[in-house]
Amino acid sequence: MNDQNFDNKNTSFSYLESRPLHIGASVPRLDAYEKVTGKEKYAADYYGENLVWAGVKRAGVPHAVLRGIDFSSAVKVPGIVRVLTHEDITGSNRQGVIRKDQPVLVNDKARHCGDAIALVLADNKESLKEALDLIVCDFEPLPGVFDSEQGLRNGAALVHEDNADGNRLLKGEIKTGSGSDAYKECDVIVEACFQTQSQEHAYLETEAGWARLLANGKLEIVCSTQTPFRDRMEVAEALGLDPTLVRIIAPYPGGAFGGKDGVTVQTLLGLAALHSGGRPVKMWWNREESFVSGTKRHAALMYYQLGAKADGTLHFLDVRLYFDTGPYDHLGGVVLTLALEHAGGPYRIPNAQLTGWAVYTNNPIGGAFRGFGVTQVTAAVEQVMDMLAQKLGMDPVKLRLKNATKRGDRSCVGKTMVCSNGLVECLETLSKHDLWKQADDWKSSAGPFKRRGVGIAAAMQGSGYGPVVPDYANAKVELTSDGKIRVYCGVVDMGQGNASTNLQIAGSILGQESGQMELVLPDTDRTLPSGSASASRCTYTFGNALIGAAETLKQRILQRAADLFMASGPHEMALIPGSVRHLPTGREVPLFRLVKFFQDSERIAVHHFRAPVAADNIGVSPEIKLHGLPHTLFSFGACLAAVEVDELTGAAEVKRFLAVSDCGKVLNPQIYQQQIHGGIAQGLGYALSEKLEVEKGRILTTGFSTYIIPTASDVPEIDSIAVEIYEPTGPFGLKGVGEIATNGPLPAVANAVADALGIRVFESPLTAERILEAFASNGRQESSI
Amino acid sequence: MKQAIALTVNGDVYEVLISPNQTLLEVLRDKLGLTGTKKGCDLGACGACSVLLDGEAYLSCLMLAVDAVGKEIVTIEGLSEGGDLHPIQKSFVELGGLQCGFCTPGIVMTAKAILDEEPQPTEESVKKKMAGNLCRCTGYKKVIESVMSASGRMGGKQ
Repeated sequence: MNDQNFDNKNTSFSYLESRPLHIGASVPRLDAYEKVTGKEKYAADYYGENLVWAGVKRAGVPHAVLRGIDFSSAVKVPGIVRVLTHEDITGSNRQGVIRKDQPVLVNDKARHCGDAIALVLADNKESLKEALDLIVCDFEPLPGVFDSEQGLRNGAALVHEDNADGNRLLKGEIKTGSGSDAYKECDVIVEACFQTQSQEHAYLETEAGWARLLANGKLEIVCSTQTPFRDRMEVAEALGLDPTLVRIIAPYPGGAFGGKDGVTVQTLLGLAALHSGGRPVKMWWNREESFVSGTKRHAALMYYQLGAKADGTLHFLDVRLYFDTGPYDHLGGVVLTLALEHAGGPYRIPNAQLTGWAVYTNNPIGGAFRGFGVTQVTAAVEQVMDMLAQKLGMDPVKLRLKNATKRGDRSCVGKTMVCSNGLVECLETLSKHDLWKQADDWKSSAGPFKRRGVGIAAAMQGSGYGPVVPDYANAKVELTSDGKIRVYCGVVDMGQGNASTNLQIAGSILGQESGQMELVLPDTDRTLPSGSASASRCTYTFGNALIGAAETLKQRILQRAADLFMASGPHEMALIPGSVRHLPTGREVPLFRLVKFFQDSERIAVHHFRAPVAADNIGVSPEIKLHGLPHTLFSFGACLAAVEVDELTGAAEVKRFLAVSDCGKVLNPQIYQQQIHGGIAQGLGYALSEKLEVEKGRILTTGFSTYIIPTASDVPEIDSIAVEIYEPTGPFGLKGVGEIATNGPLPAVANAVADALGIRVFESPLTAERILEAFASNGRQESSI
Repeated sequence: MKQAIALTVNGDVYEVLISPNQTLLEVLRDKLGLTGTKKGCDLGACGACSVLLDGEAYLSCLMLAVDAVGKEIVTIEGLSEGGDLHPIQKSFVELGGLQCGFCTPGIVMTAKAILDEEPQPTEESVKKKMAGNLCRCTGYKKVIESVMSASGRMGGKQ
């Protein structure tokens, strides 16, 4: 455990039948062996001789001027190596993805309870804990901002005094057609306000890492991250280091879901390693710290008006969004922008007025979370769609089908949809499923004191970075000196399985079985920059780059083998597991022999891929464009929740769930289904049980006994169907599957509850208390919604 | 004050110097280097640290190391025999009962305890008994399928 070399991963399964990897097969995940045996080494598993434990003193107050830090008692604790504050940082002491507004260690004031005030280095965990408790912060409390709407009002306390827009991080405005004026032309209008809560990522591996400063001045940081290449730049800038002296090594994270998109422990660990006297340093946030200091899905307040013609043709949408981004930008502006782009769902709506604000508050930090703003607005638009269907007396599937975008149509922001679009197929498949066709029978067979409802929702999810920020990947594939194929992954696999899919892609092109393949996980010194593991982009973007690199290497191998066999050309040669065969004669040369005829520089092939961007100029501001609007590639889905509500307790239970998704062609059905199932489970937690209690900036639910994520006995039976529409720009026709499934559960459940009870709960999660309250206040009468 | 104890882990006896307030999880990971057992919450609420003590599943974060003296401790590192995966591990690999894998050692050890106690469980029974092991990635469907498949693979025997 002391030997910290960062190996290549061998992926062979001795007991599995060996055959060439191929696209479309449910190949077992190539990381599974190491993970089921406990051998997989996560960032949290790095220790080492003479280890220093690093920990953080947190503010514990939501908004206060920091007048001083007294650590005189803390440094006297036996076993303390150093106590570091902002005065020990020689760089910018700021981090952030778009706007660099988050201090590594606070130098002026605390802006939320999780702010880092001091960094303690200790020989052991006991001393560390004791010293952290002894640090005293001299705070002058300030009034706080705990609500996004209030934060925009005149006279509200300011989170960043230097921000010209007060507490406004970003305001986005989009108008299409005649905007709000179109309401006059509608026959029917529905109106509602929805409130969705903060959601905790709740990955099982909390933020963790390990770092050391080598004698040559290089800072090595092993961490649980989605963004190693961006981390390197952030760490270097915040600490005032040359980026080439920072190396970020990214093992498989133990879950991430957006919560590790951006630095968590990285800069703190780097700072600690600069002051540990050459000793390795470990930091591993405990669960409470992860809750308090980690990012969350933005809480949102959403005002909706949706109008249609009498035949159900959508005509007008007016939306106002307030996203609580907490004290720092993180990715709050980008999240808001995606919300605006998806505010009208996957529908044709010719006239729209969309306005949104990302607002600084002293609440926990809002950031990236699977779905990324789309989850919130899908919850709203899919509920107003059901309200509209009811008002029109229309079947909710038919209303959606009538307005569903097809290829060539425009989305509600005026973007022409040019990618493959399987929304209609998704909705039609759903409508032919027994859960929909037999919904009435199922509902009418509810037991005593139970009511049943069936709800649906559709969704789309843009993937990639949008029109301005380059969305690229650089793949590197090597024929190793012993004749194996080594794939250098530039994008992190936080559990979604893209590392395995990468081997499947390269193995399929190069005709190799898994035992012939090796993998190098993201490492800024060994793999090539390929962007973040986020935005449903990983396999799409890196996969396209990888196809290019693998094809190049394949041609090189075949050509060299053809030359060796004096064949007329590479077309006479074929790669088979471990060898190249001359097809006319059947003669073979093993790769480990053939490689002797390669110069080292020829053994490596690289390929750059940059994702296509929207060609449309839809007239949005440069700032909104920079934040990612519009996208050009979308995945689609439709889902159904069959829900039973207990009249006496208000508790809603999802009995069955159906998801039909269009994520292009499926490269590995097993991994595809995992992504859908997992997205649904997170979405159901968001719908029903995950309630982050925050009181004046303080989180009251800081563990799994109070913040309730779904268990094995909570997740219903799930049917998941892939509508495989080939996407011409995707690797083997694929689109991203990472996020789409998370968006549907909340609105589908809310629509099912409304179907069951005749009342609607506008605030999520739909806890038993909220449902019962709504039900009781409605006098247990069936009413119009 | 530190004290020396002997722990039997995966058939090997380890003599280790510990503080009396150290948990079994801490000693397994920090002292013995058995990092296959994971820490997810350190409060007994997630199941990632599940290990077997005399064949029963325990949360090693809630147990003091001194209380494990004299017991046969089995961790994920000790489940496979020789180079062969245990049938439960094989099922999880083949059926994809894992994604990020951080909860997996705890889930596999709990599955072992479930199948030892009830070799042919119903799906409902597995879901109930697995409810103390949180997984944030998979939605549990393939986890449950893996346990059911392992039950079949083991012939309903222990």
